[in-house]
Amino acid sequence: MPDDETLTMVLDGRPVPARKGEKIIAAAERAGTYIPRFCYHPRMRPVGMCRMCLVEVKGPRGFSLQPACFMDAADGMEVVTTSDKVKKAQDGILEFLLVNHPLDCPVCDKGGECPLQDQTMTWGPGESRLVEEKVHFAKPIWISSLVALDRERCIQCDRCTRFATEVAGEALINFISRGDHLEVNTFPELPFDSYFSGNTVQICPVGALTATPYRFKARPWDLEQCESTCTSCAVGCRVAVQSSSDRVIRYLGVDSDPVNHGWLCDKGRFDFEANNSEDRVIHPLLRKDQELQEVTWSRALAAAAQGLRRALDRYGPSGVGVIGGARLTNEDAYAWAKLAKSVLRTDSVDAQLGDGLPAEVVLGLPRATIDQACSARALVLLAPDLHEELPILHLRLRQAVLDGGLPVVELAPAASGLSHLARVSLPYRPGEAADLVQQVLSPHRARSAGPSAPTDADAAARQARERARQLLGLDQGGRGEGVVVVLGRPSLAEPADSIAAAAAALAQALPEARFLPALRRANVHGALDMGLAPGLLPGRVTLEEGRDWFTRGWGTLPDSRGQETAGMLAAAAEGRMGALVLLGADPLADFPDRRLARRALDGVEFVVAVDAFLNGSSRRADVVLPAAMYAERPGTTTNLEGRITRLGQKVVAPGTCRPDWMIAAELAAALGADLGLESVEEIWDEIERLAPSHAGITRVLLASRSSRDGLLAPLPRVPVRIQPGVGRPGGGPAVHPGTTDTGVGATQGVPAPIDPMATPGIGSAERHGVPNVAGAPEDWSTEEEREAWEGPDREARAEEARRQEDVASRPSPLTYSGPTVAPDVPRVDGYGLRLVTGRVLYDQGTLVQACPSLAPLAPGPRLRVNRYDLDRLGRAPGDRVRVVTPGASLVLEAVVDPGIPRGSAALAFNLEGEGAADLIDATKPVTDVRLETI
Amino acid sequence: MTGPADTAGPEARPAGGLSPEALAQARELVALYPEPRSALVPLCHLVQAEHGWLTPQAMVEVADLIGVTPAEVLGTASFYDMLHTEPVGKYVIGVCTNIACLLNGGIELLEHAEERLGTRAGATTADNLFTLEEVECIALCDKAPCLTVNWRFFGPLTHDGFDALVEDLAAGRLEGEVPRHGILNRVRREGGLRVAREEVLAERAASDQALEQRKAAREAVEKREQAQQGQGGKQGGKGSA
Repeated sequence: MPDDETLTMVLDGRPVPARKGEKIIAAAERAGTYIPRFCYHPRMRPVGMCRMCLVEVKGPRGFSLQPACFMDAADGMEVVTTSDKVKKAQDGILEFLLVNHPLDCPVCDKGGECPLQDQTMTWGPGESRLVEEKVHFAKPIWISSLVALDRERCIQCDRCTRFATEVAGEALINFISRGDHLEVNTFPELPFDSYFSGNTVQICPVGALTATPYRFKARPWDLEQCESTCTSCAVGCRVAVQSSSDRVIRYLGVDSDPVNHGWLCDKGRFDFEANNSEDRVIHPLLRKDQELQEVTWSRALAAAAQGLRRALDRYGPSGVGVIGGARLTNEDAYAWAKLAKSVLRTDSVDAQLGDGLPAEVVLGLPRATIDQACSARALVLLAPDLHEELPILHLRLRQAVLDGGLPVVELAPAASGLSHLARVSLPYRPGEAADLVQQVLSPHRARSAGPSAPTDADAAARQARERARQLLGLDQGGRGEGVVVVLGRPSLAEPADSIAAAAAALAQALPEARFLPALRRANVHGALDMGLAPGLLPGRVTLEEGRDWFTRGWGTLPDSRGQETAGMLAAAAEGRMGALVLLGADPLADFPDRRLARRALDGVEFVVAVDAFLNGSSRRADVVLPAAMYAERPGTTTNLEGRITRLGQKVVAPGTCRPDWMIAAELAAALGADLGLESVEEIWDEIERLAPSHAGITRVLLASRSSRDGLLAPLPRVPVRIQPGVGRPGGGPAVHPGTTDTGVGATQGVPAPIDPMATPGIGSAERHGVPNVAGAPEDWSTEEEREAWEGPDREARAEEARRQEDVASRPSPLTYSGPTVAPDVPRVDGYGLRLVTGRVLYDQGTLVQACPSLAPLAPGPRLRVNRYDLDRLGRAPGDRVRVVTPGASLVLEAVVDPGIPRGSAALAFNLEGEGAADLIDATKPVTDVRLETI
Repeated sequence: MTGPADTAGPEARPAGGLSPEALAQARELVALYPEPRSALVPLCHLVQAEHGWLTPQAMVEVADLIGVTPAEVLGTASFYDMLHTEPVGKYVIGVCTNIACLLNGGIELLEHAEERLGTRAGATTADNLFTLEEVECIALCDKAPCLTVNWRFFGPLTHDGFDALVEDLAAGRLEGEVPRHGILNRVRREGGLRVAREEVLAERAASDQALEQRKAAREAVEKREQAQQGQGGKQGGKGSA
């Protein structure tokens, strides 16, 4: 990129390249000169707060000390980092920083990985001249239930407060007071309840901020780590998994430019507690005398096989269904898809629980990356509240709006965390998304439709739609160039068909637009990729399109298209289902219609649960097969962009838990078939060979250093223009590997070593497992080590040359054009309120509830309505009301929320007690409730 | 997470918040600035004029008015010594102990004040009448040793003079001269915008436009220079075609 490297700065006498707008500290780091720092963080705006990075810069009046983190590099600028004057400045700053620092390193969690400790040892004076009493504060104080603050240790670098304000947009902590008494604190009785609070702990350069789950649990020199991908949601953040004594003990966010920029949400950061939970199922369970009892694997597998065979004999292949699979790795999902579709020959397989979008929609629309969404000309949000469901995607988009002016057009049934940043907000009533899209796309038709006199509200809505048209470039005859649609299911109480129709209409009117699916669950994309969906086979091909290819590869296939989860449950409820396999699925909690799920589990003869925990559904299973969890098995995962990244295994699974692929293979063997899959590596090779969308993504390529941020499937062939990421540590490339038609892209893509001061604790832990953690080490201790790092890159480049061949002979991936007209939805009557229900980050889900630190954070159920509707009912906020549908009723506290439009009522999904799932009837497109006073 | 403003109606508002008049005045203040948060410090003074100090509830309301979090309001308020985030007495007495006063018996005056009021510097008397503070220079060095009572100056003061001042304050004899703490001035100036809002907006737009033009001109110059450099480079055989 010629316009990037336009400057040459003179650093300690040698010419060094720098980019325009790059800070001296970053340019120096790229050139191999490390300038000490505390407040500087590559992902936040500089403040020049700590003065640790003072260097000498030549100006018109000779050399003077300047903060390197605050000053842009300039052409010909002379910078000196090693002079006596600089050394004296560093000495002085450290002496100042230590004036009030308690030096309680032996009892401090940060001791051993502490930037203050490290930099004092490296750059500081040996001794302090100050003997005065230090400032004292009560220590520690809990600024939230997850984060403790020791103000004595704080060096006021402004990292945590800047993060809260700038990055998270939740300025709940701030500097209070002044001078010697300066402290970080919250407003009284308004704790730091942010979904991102753990990041402040991660970037704290001293031990001032600590997090409950890690406090006093380990010392840094006991930690081992491997790099992995977070699978708490589908964003797929890079993470370093750290363990001590074979227990997962901490996650740290690794800076991945295309994905998470080093941040994690608190759920992703702290849900390792589930791994260590006492409640895990660690041995196979078999129902004997009405109770689940521990048995050996062979007995459990034999029982499972017997039950499945009986169901096949009695009902045929369509009498067996497989539900779930988002928890699985790609390899696991492939093995289960092969077992279901080739051995059991059922196509009734669904990784989603009636809470997503049809697989064809997810996989068949032109795909956008997160980077493309952030640099879009216009972004359409037709998705659930990303702040609740995909927090890091929310952070990325928020930053894109604030820093890059990303224009957002939001279509939503209720206000979301991004609503206040949207250029245009178009509210719609659940079930009417497709109508709204039609109104935006073809306004003339919509205008003639309304016979009644237009009101002010109508005029405002029309104006909003016109602004949306402008932003989308529709009036200028645009074809959607640069438009990205974030597409998900805004409410679980509205039909997926309606969103699919809206998407199809958008795709038709804007053929150049790209879509980013807002899927919630971990590897749901990978599971769909691997064929865990009705009518699909691995590699994003339909059953019909791929029939010949996979008959050659697998032998046998299902005869016809199977059912989605809703269909399977309905069939089971009617007694037409012999067996259900629950792959880490809890339909009782996660399927939108709990009554149907309950009838289904009652109606089905045999249930096999493959899970790490006993949940409401697996408690009712006949056989429970214990599965290994995250960090306990290697493999790959696919995020919502279709980005394939590797998972690291850091600890050994407890008891006799096994990876899901192994369970599939063993179960196949018990059924008398051979999946032909004996290791994760073998499975991946088969995926690469058979799955059309995964052609060319070899194991070697995945392991190469240039693929640290993962590879997009399918490997793109069209050049993709991407705006340079902001503040890549060490100033990395503007183009990411796997996003250009150069394929490997290795020459541009070698990630820089991570800044140990930006993420203290990553650099100091011992590395194990997936080797490419945190960039390349600076020095190689052995030649073998060097080979282990660099070998795969060489091989990958050679492989790339061989890649192009057989793609033509493979079946082609599906595309979605779908019906653009949504199913009819009844009009809500004057007394009813239409239900909106979406998920929140902390709910009653099995994983959250297995984490002692996160479980209490799940909110209680509350019905959120517009003040108008509550006034109409004559109730005050906080009153309890009865919520009634034709089939159910429950009592809830009603609160006023201005983000809920009139005529709607919002209730978060899967909270404690009876809730939205008890109100929804899966046979109806939408759910209308009435409120009654009690 | 921010802005719970609409969830709690006025009937649910606990004591310590802004009165309707103050709220109207606050809205006027906010309207004076292009960025609402610029009104933060004036709003803090407004709250102090009402309550004598910044009550937590008022800080929450100020935060809502200008679209920041209460923590940000507290952060700013706690920075300034003239803004009190803890309750104070009706009269805040600030005794100067900087160099001019120090040489003229400022420390002794402070010690006497502590003795007379029966409270330490930084604390409030039991009857909530006086808060005593030690302050930095208040620019009344010609009348050292001096002090302020609710930002009204007194000096030079003998110990007897101090006692008389305290007695006068306690007896309400200085009501006309020294209003209760928090009131900067009792003459309410005409608030709000004196010029039409359109004019202000037009002026701002013109200024923005001028900035844009200057920026564009600067960029044009830079581009030209770069192009020249690029040509130089090409002649040198290093151009990228």
